[in-house]
Amino acid sequence: MLMETLTKVAPKNTPDSSPKKKGRKPADLLSNDEFIKGLWRENPVFVQVLGMCPVLAVTNTAENALAMGLATSFVLLMSNVLVSSLRNFIPKEVRISSYILIIATFVTIIDYVIQSISVELHKSLGAFISLIVVNCLILSRAEAFASKNTIGKSVSDALGMGMGFTFALLCLGVVRELLGSGSIFGWQLMMDNFQTWIIMILPAGGFFTLALWLLLFNGLQLKKSK
Amino acid sequence: MNKVHKDIPKQAQTSSSKMLLAMAGIGAVCALLIAFVFETTLPRRESLKEEALQQAIFKVVPNGKKSIAFVLNDEGILAPLGDGEKGEVALYAAYDDNGVLQGVAIEATGQGYADLIKVLYGYSLEREAIVGHYVLESKETPGLGDRIEKDERFLTNFKMLSARLDASGKQLLHPIVTVKEGRKQQTWEIDGMTGATISSRAIGDILNKSCQQMLPLVQAQKEQIQNAYGNLN
Repeated sequence: MLMETLTKVAPKNTPDSSPKKKGRKPADLLSNDEFIKGLWRENPVFVQVLGMCPVLAVTNTAENALAMGLATSFVLLMSNVLVSSLRNFIPKEVRISSYILIIATFVTIIDYVIQSISVELHKSLGAFISLIVVNCLILSRAEAFASKNTIGKSVSDALGMGMGFTFALLCLGVVRELLGSGSIFGWQLMMDNFQTWIIMILPAGGFFTLALWLLLFNGLQLKKSK
Repeated sequence: MNKVHKDIPKQAQTSSSKMLLAMAGIGAVCALLIAFVFETTLPRRESLKEEALQQAIFKVVPNGKKSIAFVLNDEGILAPLGDGEKGEVALYAAYDDNGVLQGVAIEATGQGYADLIKVLYGYSLEREAIVGHYVLESKETPGLGDRIEKDERFLTNFKMLSARLDASGKQLLHPIVTVKEGRKQQTWEIDGMTGATISSRAIGDILNKSCQQMLPLVQAQKEQIQNAYGNLN
């Protein structure tokens, strides 16, 4: 099931072993196309529908959504860099376990880093920091892209996907916090007599908000393709 | 059938030693990275944790401005920890600017819904009640169980939660219990939360267990705790 997902999510990614690679231009080092792809065309949440656990669980406030998005982006970027650098060294039989090991390392690192930034932030993200290890998005980018492409392209891919993931989490977090608590990033925006929608900060609210965003996103894509 | 098998190209098998080398190599690099970041961030993490703990002490003991940590020795005697001394802290006594004891902050741990919950609660010796509560560590479900640290209505339980000792001074007169939401009638009852039943009950159990164990010691050594401020300053 996991392997099916991994192969399904990157139909357009081709290995970087083509002859045109010789005499690489500086522009190849960081590819704009790879960056934009993750941000919009192949957005990990709105198009690929990956990493649903943090998308639904941590987006009850905009602050949590932003912190989780940035933490995931960091892990994605670092693991893509390491996987891409070691792609000729890792035997295919042990590649998945190697990727998990690399991802788990960077999750542990970001856990320590968040603890050294703010105890409160670490408390509010709670168990979800450790759960970045099992985020399908990170493993899928390692397997489907970084293991077949240069470091430069893998960095662009990770940045695009990471920003796309953070953007999607923020979209959900802002709506859920506004309706569920009447505020955005802790700033009270709704009037005092506003009756907060408790369901929006509960898991069910995550599903409803995601469904609405998916509807909007797919509607826009459809309109564009016509 | 045989033809199908012949059509499948055979892939070269990597030797076990190469796989082992790759895994061990990556493992070693990862271990070095983790150890490096752990060591680099350790002083900062510890100072932030200490800072957060100090803030939490003054949050759970209103009017507290200075604190002294106490350790519990084998004879059940509470002894103050001087500057630079280390030991397993049993409680923190909080004093106002004039050195008058305002209360004690006690750490307590117990099983929650997801994992262990670590709380710090403030106890006023004068009022014989819990006067503050702060969750130090918890992995309860976001949006549900984690309301034990955010829900305003739930937190009002700990503004004055009776924790009086009986005549013998060795146990609570009324054990602290969590009741169903809206059913609180007594001052020693915690008004629970629908949707966070297990977590709110866990808080009641943690506080009851810790109070039964610590409060008899605290009340019996009230004067020593008060005098410790003068002795150390």
